[in-house]
Amino acid sequence: MLSIQSLKSYYESICALKSVSLHIKKGEIITMIGGNGSGKSTLLNSILGLVPRVTGTIQFENKEIVGLAPSVIVKMGISMVPEGRQLFYPMTVLDNLLLGTYSHYSMKEKKNIAQRVDWIFDIFPVLGERKRQLAGTLSGGEQQMLSIARALMSKPKLLILDEPSVGLAPKIIENIFQTLVNLKEKTDLTIFLVEQNAKLGLDICQRGYVIETGQIILSGSKDELLNNKEVLRAYLGKE
Amino acid sequence: MLVWNEEFEKMNRNELEQVQLERLQETLTRVYRRVAYYHNLFNEIGFDPLEISKKSDLQKIPFTTKDTLRDAYPYDMFAVPLREVVRMQSTAGTTGEALIVGYTKNDIDHWTELTARVLTAGEVVKDDIVQITFPYGLSTGGLGFHYGAEMIGASVIPSSEADIGKQATIMRDYRTTVIISAPTFAAQLAETLDEKGITPAELSLSKGLFGAEPWSDAFRKEIEQKLSISATDNYGLTEIIGPGVSYECNEKNGLHVSEDHFIPEIIDPDTGKTLPSGKKGELVISTITKEAFPLIRYRTGDITYLIEGDCPCGRTFVRMARVSERYDDMIILNGQNMFPSQFEQILTEVIGLTPTYQLVIDKADNLDELIIQVEVSSDFFSDEIKKLNQLEFHIIRDVKERLDFVPKVKFVEPGTIERKMKKKKVIDRRNK
Repeated sequence: MLSIQSLKSYYESICALKSVSLHIKKGEIITMIGGNGSGKSTLLNSILGLVPRVTGTIQFENKEIVGLAPSVIVKMGISMVPEGRQLFYPMTVLDNLLLGTYSHYSMKEKKNIAQRVDWIFDIFPVLGERKRQLAGTLSGGEQQMLSIARALMSKPKLLILDEPSVGLAPKIIENIFQTLVNLKEKTDLTIFLVEQNAKLGLDICQRGYVIETGQIILSGSKDELLNNKEVLRAYLGKE
Repeated sequence: MLVWNEEFEKMNRNELEQVQLERLQETLTRVYRRVAYYHNLFNEIGFDPLEISKKSDLQKIPFTTKDTLRDAYPYDMFAVPLREVVRMQSTAGTTGEALIVGYTKNDIDHWTELTARVLTAGEVVKDDIVQITFPYGLSTGGLGFHYGAEMIGASVIPSSEADIGKQATIMRDYRTTVIISAPTFAAQLAETLDEKGITPAELSLSKGLFGAEPWSDAFRKEIEQKLSISATDNYGLTEIIGPGVSYECNEKNGLHVSEDHFIPEIIDPDTGKTLPSGKKGELVISTITKEAFPLIRYRTGDITYLIEGDCPCGRTFVRMARVSERYDDMIILNGQNMFPSQFEQILTEVIGLTPTYQLVIDKADNLDELIIQVEVSSDFFSDEIKKLNQLEFHIIRDVKERLDFVPKVKFVEPGTIERKMKKKKVIDRRNK
């Protein structure tokens, strides 16, 4: 579904991603783990066309997407849940959701969008209960759900999540991740999860990548990564 | 056709190339960070591991040789701290000093999977009774296959400690269905069975998976006939991982290289230049999943060529031709290149079976002289001098015809030629 070859991303003259290659197959949950400043967010921003200088290739469903505008990439079916949720706090839950359809919005689509909202409230009932409430008044976990829900509004084929666990209690993270797994099983959604919380992130994936200082140093199945002593030591605090 | 891991063994080439690129980049990054030898080498030649954007960029990196590994003895090529190593194996040390190869938990798991692929391609299933005659020790043959066979769920007989007579009895009594050994051992075993009066009909044997030394197709036919089995070839070397690098399927048309773990290249052994597929040369391997002991462009010394294109078994991995010879076994006589296997082929054809033989090279009047010593055995021994003379004549005639060289032939008594697992078939006395 997504395949990246030798991707390099630059901020001014600084090379933040150095020859990153990875692939994601349809229906997979792929987790990338890495510490602060390892290049995780740069990678996601590069996929979505938010980094001006990149070299290498990024193919989504066999089409090259390097150089395309973010709005085009979203329309093709990639949608991101940004780090720190980035909600519009003074607006209601419902309005935040509707903003998720911004790139698709038209009068004709109105009915479809209403259906989509209902579908979202099925998955996240708590958002339905609070649809008139201002986003800023939601709890952290609810805000994260809203951020995911907003990304789902554009009917993505590939959902990208940038550290959804930050600032949330473990129980709540588990709950949100379980929702993602259920979603993947019910629909044919593909998920690319970027996490510092390696334990939870790796738990729900089929395969994973480890990124350090802008380079991928390891990849493998969930079990292979959980067997790797370096991963255990550096990311899971064991040994 | 049975396949152990459909996902990888039958992966489409585009996807496979993607997986190879990812794993190669990761491996290069890791060896640059962790292995002093590669770190210094890359710095010296100004190679940035991040500049690899396609497989052929590998050609910018110099070869790793057995000498490199010897200099690094014992642990300097390891890419992980020792506490992450769960196993150590060693090369037999028959061709020089021994080397130490380490494995992490993941390395062992991969190796197990790799030998399971070999066994499955040889049609071994969980109902089989597998007799492994490779030594279970420092060398990789025994334990490598053992884990793979157990993973398949076959019943494994680790019989290598027993002498050959005992192994023959085990083979009959335990109703062994699969033998895993070196081809020469299988031939010896056939002799032993014969001496004990055990016929193939009394055995349950149906498959043989052979490796660890080059063997000819004629020899394959001979073993298949004598033991009444189907024999497949497999290839591997301790430095890379052990058995499991490549393997024949039942098509017997070349050995599939497990390309999701290893990248094979063929080079001209003299110039180091990479050769296109189909051209014969020395096999060079880069590991792309090894954690403890990764090697980049390791010169195997084995001569083969790569075969691209589909195989009826459905595997998409490139195939390598059966290793015809060691690079360093090549014989040059009066400027002509030849390989011991070519002599073996001729001897087998003329005599009707592969005799125990050795090639003795010497100088006579500044010219190279070759004596083919052939052990007479009860199978073709004849009191009639005339018959032996006739064999001698045919051998000389065929060698001259095919290799453009006139050898001498000497028949010797049974047991005069030393037998080893890795038979040294050539004795060169020219520079002594």
